[in-house]
Amino acid sequence: MSSTTNYILGVYDDEDEVLHAVSEVKSKGIKIEDVFTPFPIHGLDRAVGHERTRLPIAAFMFGVLGLTCALSLISYTMVFDWPMIIGGKDFFALPNWIPVTFEGTVLFTAFGLVITFCISNNLYPGNQPDLLDLRITDDKFVMAINVDKNKKVSADDIKKALKDSGAIEVNVK
Amino acid sequence: MAGHSHFSPANVEEHFEFTSEGKKRVIYAFIAGVVALVLGIYLLSKGEAGGHEVANAGHEAVKAGHEAASEHLSGGAVSHQPAAEEHYDWTNRIWANVWLNAVFFTGIAIIGMFFVSLQYLTKSGWSSVMKRVPEAFPKFLYITLPILLLVFFFKGDAIFHWMHHGVTEVGNENYDKIIAGKSGYLNKTFFLVRLVGFFALWIGLWTVLRKKSLEEDLIGGTDLFTQLVRISTAFIVVFGASSSMFAWDWVMSIDTHWFSTMFGWYMFSSWHVTGLAVITLTILLLKDKGYMAYVNENHLHDLGKLMFAFSIFWTYVWFEQFLLIYYANMPEEIIYFLERWEGHNKIYKTSEILMVFLNFFFPFLVLMTRDAKRTRIFLKIAAFFIIVGHYIDFYQMIMPGVLGGHAGYGLVEFGMVTVFASAFIYIVSDELTKASLIAKNHPFLPEAVHHDI
Repeated sequence: MSSTTNYILGVYDDEDEVLHAVSEVKSKGIKIEDVFTPFPIHGLDRAVGHERTRLPIAAFMFGVLGLTCALSLISYTMVFDWPMIIGGKDFFALPNWIPVTFEGTVLFTAFGLVITFCISNNLYPGNQPDLLDLRITDDKFVMAINVDKNKKVSADDIKKALKDSGAIEVNVK
Repeated sequence: MAGHSHFSPANVEEHFEFTSEGKKRVIYAFIAGVVALVLGIYLLSKGEAGGHEVANAGHEAVKAGHEAASEHLSGGAVSHQPAAEEHYDWTNRIWANVWLNAVFFTGIAIIGMFFVSLQYLTKSGWSSVMKRVPEAFPKFLYITLPILLLVFFFKGDAIFHWMHHGVTEVGNENYDKIIAGKSGYLNKTFFLVRLVGFFALWIGLWTVLRKKSLEEDLIGGTDLFTQLVRISTAFIVVFGASSSMFAWDWVMSIDTHWFSTMFGWYMFSSWHVTGLAVITLTILLLKDKGYMAYVNENHLHDLGKLMFAFSIFWTYVWFEQFLLIYYANMPEEIIYFLERWEGHNKIYKTSEILMVFLNFFFPFLVLMTRDAKRTRIFLKIAAFFIIVGHYIDFYQMIMPGVLGGHAGYGLVEFGMVTVFASAFIYIVSDELTKASLIAKNHPFLPEAVHHDI
């Protein structure tokens, strides 16, 4: 959240209220940028209208990558580079390799997913979180409205809508 | 959305009606099964059972298959002679089928109890809207118990190698040192004690659980809930031991010489995923008839996840058992897989491949996405093929040991499974009518109605 953007923040102190406020504010034609809460609220993402995360697709891709890498490594080493007979089996003994392949798939999926998640959320060492309101880490719920994306509704109307929907205070940042 | 809908238990009672038309259809299916079965038995007695029967090829083919298998046994230390080779009688195929279906449907019935118990033990909320469905399943144990006992008493020696005359008697021509060494566990008396004893515990605990659960509908409160948790805990303990022992008794002891330390888990996982598929399918069919509207896609999603996860769990256990045996390559162990892969003229190979496809790749790919788990048609297709796949799994566990090269998929198999399935549907539907489909005083019901994932 860069400081050049104009935000109007509605601060709420109850999760049920913020959930109702979302639909109320939206019904007035105001676009909500995001809602920040100290803990997850069921149904909030749907109410705000966030798209579903595409992380599962990334997970599948990483899984396929891990499977390919594990199988390639093991078949290169065990079949082509230095063929070895183990337990009287063929060089290409697929059943023997399944545990390793499975582990490779899981490892790539897990690490890949965590790294993708961190990158897509700007989480990396040394990054200072740009909190709109410090209290969202404690006991307050903040609805952020991007003024620039709401050309049709005046800033005063937005503030009024937030107040009407039960916000305990309305701030501009 | 949470907080919006107000749930009042007073208006949720819902009674399933087993209509006379529905009854008729189940009875027709039963009769069709019986007709197919009788026809199949008639053809079998003539020596032509239809289907993919290979019995006509006769003993030559079987022997050839067996020689092919034994060639791989470099050690040759073990003379593995399945029961089928010595004492084959065409009626054995009928008894093998009765046994197969009795074991399979006992599993589905008791998994209903296991599922409910697990939900109570973990104090899960989401499942309380649908717990009446699995709760009705164990009623079918009343049907399978006498069948298991009858087959054991009258035709046990057709199924179990260890029940053959004289195998444990020193000096007898049938004397078998390995089986004699196992006779401390595998003998008729102890087998019966286990069978009847555990069944009594299963049915007893289910009866108490069912009674308390129905009482809860009338009285409510949390006292009954704590009692139900206690009954469930007792059942889980009993089931932990009994499911393993029944796997050894009913299925593993067919191949008496062979043993696997994974077998208890393996059979349990097969039962469990089949039971989950049957629970899901029953709920979906009830929803199609307009019942259980409060079971929404969130609950179906959870059931889909369970089917998906336990299909993978089954694969894990099945493969684990295979891998250890394959890797160690010991003749007395590996004969089990050779028999199913290239023994008996390769008649089991197709089933083995089909089974792994239906039980792993198919549910894995079909149920992978979130949308599939929330869409009824995908769940139905997956559940149906999981049930078929695990029927084939049990077929693969039982038939090679009992029938050897004489097995096949013919009218006897289709008839028998139709008879059992329609009986199961009838009994469970009838049991479902006896209580409200929603446990209206379950303390976690409001949580389940607002379930959101």
